[in-house]
Amino acid sequence: MPTPIIEFAGVGKTFESRAGATEALKGISLAVDAGEFVSIIGPSGCGKSSLLRIVGDLVEPSAGTVRVNGKSARQARLDRDYGIVFQTPVLYEWRTVLENVQLPLELAGRPRAERRERPPALLRLVGLEEFAGHYPWQLSGGMQQRVSIARALALNPSILLMDEPFGALDEMSRERLNQELLQVCAETAATALFVTHSIAEAVFLSTRIVVLSPRPGHIDRIVTVDLPHPRSDKTRALPRFFELVTEVRQSLREDPGRADGRAHHPGGTL
Amino acid sequence: MSSTGNDRIGARPRQGLRSLAVLVAIAVIWETAKILLALPSYQLPHLHEIAADFLREGAGGERWLWIMLLNASYTALESLIGFALGGLAGLVLAIAFAHSRWLERGLSPYVVASQTVPILAIAPMVVVWLGTSWFSKAVIAAYLTFFPVTVNMSRGFRAVDPDALALMRALAASSRQIFFKLRFPSALPYLFTALRLSATASVIGAIIGELPVGSRFGMGVVIINAAQYYNWRPANLWAAILVSALIGIGFYQAVAAVERRVVTWSRTVPAV
Repeated sequence: MPTPIIEFAGVGKTFESRAGATEALKGISLAVDAGEFVSIIGPSGCGKSSLLRIVGDLVEPSAGTVRVNGKSARQARLDRDYGIVFQTPVLYEWRTVLENVQLPLELAGRPRAERRERPPALLRLVGLEEFAGHYPWQLSGGMQQRVSIARALALNPSILLMDEPFGALDEMSRERLNQELLQVCAETAATALFVTHSIAEAVFLSTRIVVLSPRPGHIDRIVTVDLPHPRSDKTRALPRFFELVTEVRQSLREDPGRADGRAHHPGGTL
Repeated sequence: MSSTGNDRIGARPRQGLRSLAVLVAIAVIWETAKILLALPSYQLPHLHEIAADFLREGAGGERWLWIMLLNASYTALESLIGFALGGLAGLVLAIAFAHSRWLERGLSPYVVASQTVPILAIAPMVVVWLGTSWFSKAVIAAYLTFFPVTVNMSRGFRAVDPDALALMRALAASSRQIFFKLRFPSALPYLFTALRLSATASVIGAIIGELPVGSRFGMGVVIINAAQYYNWRPANLWAAILVSALIGIGFYQAVAAVERRVVTWSRTVPAV
């Protein structure tokens, strides 16, 4: 078996605050293989964003270990092994669209030729080459998020971490961007870890869906998505698509923490 | 984009027209008040008396317009040097504060205290220490300039979006890169807000620096002299006030113009 690209072993996270300790994640063990598209789905507050940020070494786990590309998460971050897309586009408003995409190349000290040639190619990939000279505020929310995807791809990372990137978008933009994202992933052969709270989005994009239950966040079940590739609007009309959506929805429903988290979890701090 | 561009181009003449309308309104109110309240010229001179004062010949034979111009440029130069020194000092202090909580906690009470001491009391001391040359005036101007810059930039450096910082961390940026590529540019609007305040404060500082005995040039000297002869020639003081105000307005507008050139990305650069 090849080494997994991302490997969680007994990962837990407890946030300390004045009100006391809150256990956000507990006993997460999971292996993501190369080329997989794994979605993490769960109700808000189940620690799915924290899980993603632990992979990115933006949050330290309180227990367990994470290996990324066979290295510590910190080393993988320092090696710039991953690109990240946040819930909001996080574009620097004083930089044009092109300059925002250039940022990772600048920070990594890449040669001038690469800094000049790669960003326009990336903007073409996300269909925004005409907007290179615009400032972020001149773009719609969906376009801004496409810029941030282009930026995440700037260093051609082997891993894409995405934290509800399309959560703030309308349904139509979201579906279009889902489609584009799959194309981008296919072209770059990146492994993707994708946090979402949309069931349909998770089914459409993923090879596997990890269903998290809250308080503390733990893996409830893992749904393997056996829909054919490449996926398109036709995929959404397949009976199997609906079956999978139903399956994931039921796993989320069964979850007692979602129905009434406080009553069922006397150890909780809330 | 194009509509924004058109607005900007169209805004200038309209803005000028508006300012002119306000100017006319002030003149009407001024002269009406003088008539209705029967104010003598030593309380409120006619506007044409003030205008005429610029054409009057001074003791040396030059017209007052020329005398005012010379002294105004002297004051403007002192203010400019003080503005630069103070702005730089304020920025350095803010950067130091952003890097060290310890420094901020230790020094900020004194920074605040420095601004509660009346500048009128400090100015003569500074002139005694540093002499009556332009330098002491620039230092006093700097003293009023640095504070808004320190306060605003301290806030600006901290008001960075946490996700923007997380992005820098994710991209393995050095702390130097984080400062120059994130903290500083994102704090630029704060800097310009501060510089707008400082621009007018630096002119006041320079004029106050010129008031103590021994100074020979500058609007402060003109004002002191005009005040001494006020009963005899009230229009002279009013003219000096007008010129001093114009220096401040000019400074402010210059800063605003630089801001429009530098902060090109923002929709929220104020028109005034």
